[in-house]
Amino acid sequence: MPTPTRESMDYDVVIVGGGPSGLSAAIRLKQVDPDLQVVVLEKGSEIGAHILSGAVLDPSGLDRLIPDWREKGAPVTTEVVDDNFFILGPAGQVRVPNWPMPPLMNNHGNYIVSMGNVCRWLAEQAEELGVEIFPGMAASQIVWEGDRVKGVVAGEMGLEADGTPGPMYEPGMELHGKYVFIAEGVRGSLAKEIIAKLDLSRGHEPQKFGLGMKEIWEVAPEKFHKGRVVHTMGWPLGKNAGGGSFIYHLENNQVLVGFVVHLNYANPYLYPYMEFQRFKHHPMVAELLEGGKRVAYGARAISEGGWQSIPELSFDGGVLLGCSAGLVNVPRIKGNHNAMLSGIAAAEAAAEAIAAGREGDRLEAYDAAVRTGAIAKDLKRVRNVKPIWSKLGLYPSLMLGGFDMWVANLTGWNPLGTWKHGKTDAQATGKAADFQPIDYPRPDGKLSFDRLTNVAFSFTNHEESQPCHLKLRDASVPIAVNLPVYAEPAQRYCPAGVYEVLEGPEGPKFQINFQNCVHCKTCDIKDPSQNIDWTTPQGGDGPNYPNM
Amino acid sequence: MKILVPVKRVIDYNVKARVRADGSGVDLANVKMSMNPFDEIAVEEAIRLKEKGAASEVIAVSIGVKQAAETLRTALAMGADRAILVVAADDVHQDIEPLAVAKILKAVIDEEQPKLVIAGKQAIDNDMNATGQMLAALLGWGQAAFASKIEIEGEAAKVTREVDGGLQTIEVRLPAIVTADLRLNEPRYASLPNIMKAKKKPLEEKTAADYGVDTAPRLEIVTTREPEGRKAGIKVGSVDELVGKLKEAGVL
Repeated sequence: MPTPTRESMDYDVVIVGGGPSGLSAAIRLKQVDPDLQVVVLEKGSEIGAHILSGAVLDPSGLDRLIPDWREKGAPVTTEVVDDNFFILGPAGQVRVPNWPMPPLMNNHGNYIVSMGNVCRWLAEQAEELGVEIFPGMAASQIVWEGDRVKGVVAGEMGLEADGTPGPMYEPGMELHGKYVFIAEGVRGSLAKEIIAKLDLSRGHEPQKFGLGMKEIWEVAPEKFHKGRVVHTMGWPLGKNAGGGSFIYHLENNQVLVGFVVHLNYANPYLYPYMEFQRFKHHPMVAELLEGGKRVAYGARAISEGGWQSIPELSFDGGVLLGCSAGLVNVPRIKGNHNAMLSGIAAAEAAAEAIAAGREGDRLEAYDAAVRTGAIAKDLKRVRNVKPIWSKLGLYPSLMLGGFDMWVANLTGWNPLGTWKHGKTDAQATGKAADFQPIDYPRPDGKLSFDRLTNVAFSFTNHEESQPCHLKLRDASVPIAVNLPVYAEPAQRYCPAGVYEVLEGPEGPKFQINFQNCVHCKTCDIKDPSQNIDWTTPQGGDGPNYPNM
Repeated sequence: MKILVPVKRVIDYNVKARVRADGSGVDLANVKMSMNPFDEIAVEEAIRLKEKGAASEVIAVSIGVKQAAETLRTALAMGADRAILVVAADDVHQDIEPLAVAKILKAVIDEEQPKLVIAGKQAIDNDMNATGQMLAALLGWGQAAFASKIEIEGEAAKVTREVDGGLQTIEVRLPAIVTADLRLNEPRYASLPNIMKAKKKPLEEKTAADYGVDTAPRLEIVTTREPEGRKAGIKVGSVDELVGKLKEAGVL
């Protein structure tokens, strides 16, 4: 197909992604120099539509960006008042007291928020400063100039299912920037291309991931305790996988219930979504949710590699921000503060470079700021928790990881050095022959729901007549390799029921229901054959999360 | 010929509407909102008439909260020439009733003097299907509701309407009100370059008070309930069992 002719537009900085890191960068750029031309592209139908986070927010990023955020009415009002950590068994729980926890694990001074709403508010602040924000516009391609990222193509719409332009076709346009900030969140499609082409992960550990699933519940007023935070580990995952849950009492009787499964699990029969549903039947959780109503559902991958896995962050013409770089602090289960700090650091580096007449080169000052500043301090001392957990299991990791964090906290030195992650999550997937299928109880429709029912509560939608945005590198692999060897785990790891193996007269057939996709990127990460490339569908498609 | 298109900001059709805990209506806080789909069809039709040379200017009007400016920007990005926002509420949960909307539109029309108004046949939030008709009555203009085809022929519009049992074609003298049905056209995308250009198109902001219209509600919402949940189905083993069950349920 010939390349369509596109209009192009020049900006000082082009930001891909309207999440906490991208919006923070946009705001900081305009704070430093109001004359800079800054554009933010967001594939969601509106800012916040694709944001899914716990979230307990450490306000350190917000404090630096907008010190008077309280006066400006930021939707950050529910202070954590009650912090609980339980180890669950099938029928009971043991509360882990707060005193052995290293101070960095303390949630005092943090806030329970809807990050979607925080981003909506950040977008208002950015627009007031003159940032141009275009929601519903997916940045689908990089504009390369040799090894320099010159810009992106955004807003291509109206392609037919076979990839040819339809009657409503809009070619979109090229947005060129002196610098391009990639802030797509975990495992973005452009970040993936850039990291691979420029080999930015060389010399660093592979990125590790988790799958986070979340429901918003409206519970009975007498069960609601504004500001309460509960985390659990243990049942139902047990030895099958790492992970755990969160339960945050936000406001208006709304409780955020989430479940994270580390994607380095081996048993291909593991069904993360069903683990989440089963979890809600634990007596402690069921008691809270009974009589309540699930009002929203969603899922998103989380980066868990931490310090060791951060790739080179700058390249000619741009930088990786937030979770495009993987800045989540795993034991604290927080990344939004680092995302915001990274946006601020990148903005300061770019504004300085542009003021000096530079463009299109590497912003090494940004890379250095991340590796020596507040983000480094946050991530470095917890760097062994995840690999210890992966290698030794939950209980040793609580002890040894806790010890490592305590010493690091007191002395600034990790006694265990730096552990390696080893395999990627895809490589960690074991063969079906070595494992037993797991028998999951059927959802009851009250506390637990079948997957497709829940997907309807992500309010996701994709224009049907467009190319499938989940690209198979080799269309035969799912049935020829993944099915016999791994029992095609895509049927189970996808939290939106996108992938099905259908039995037909001519044998099994692999079906991709891309309309269901909630843009979590798990398939791109976990497919053991690394045969699936998640790409952007038409802008505006995907989930329409309310206050996730 | 000027065409005026009223557009309403409503809950997005992808969103599953949820009743507020106090039963006063649908929860709209932090919910995705967009242009009423029938209004999008109306905007598209007006733009197509302009592209065919049958119209000289397309004006989009929205009445509601100030956030409706975004809805107007969409209309401008699709191709409307300018927009008028009439702020009549500050709470997103306050719906302006059709009569008040029609009165404000009449006042705008008195100023703008369009020869054709194309409106969506109804808004997908309150499903009233009344504004176009009330506006025609207030203006004393002809009306053609539920249009699936519009042709301008001199001083008249030939409109094909979807009615029970088929299609009806009528002719209305201009000026007139036409309300758009689903099959009138398929609206275009607001493209990125056009969205950028739309930021520079004129958007005039007014208030209901500027037109002297009282927007206080005349209807009282007694209660809002969600539909009953569907009961779980059962599997039947045979045709006889199915017939038996249907008889039991009194449908056979």
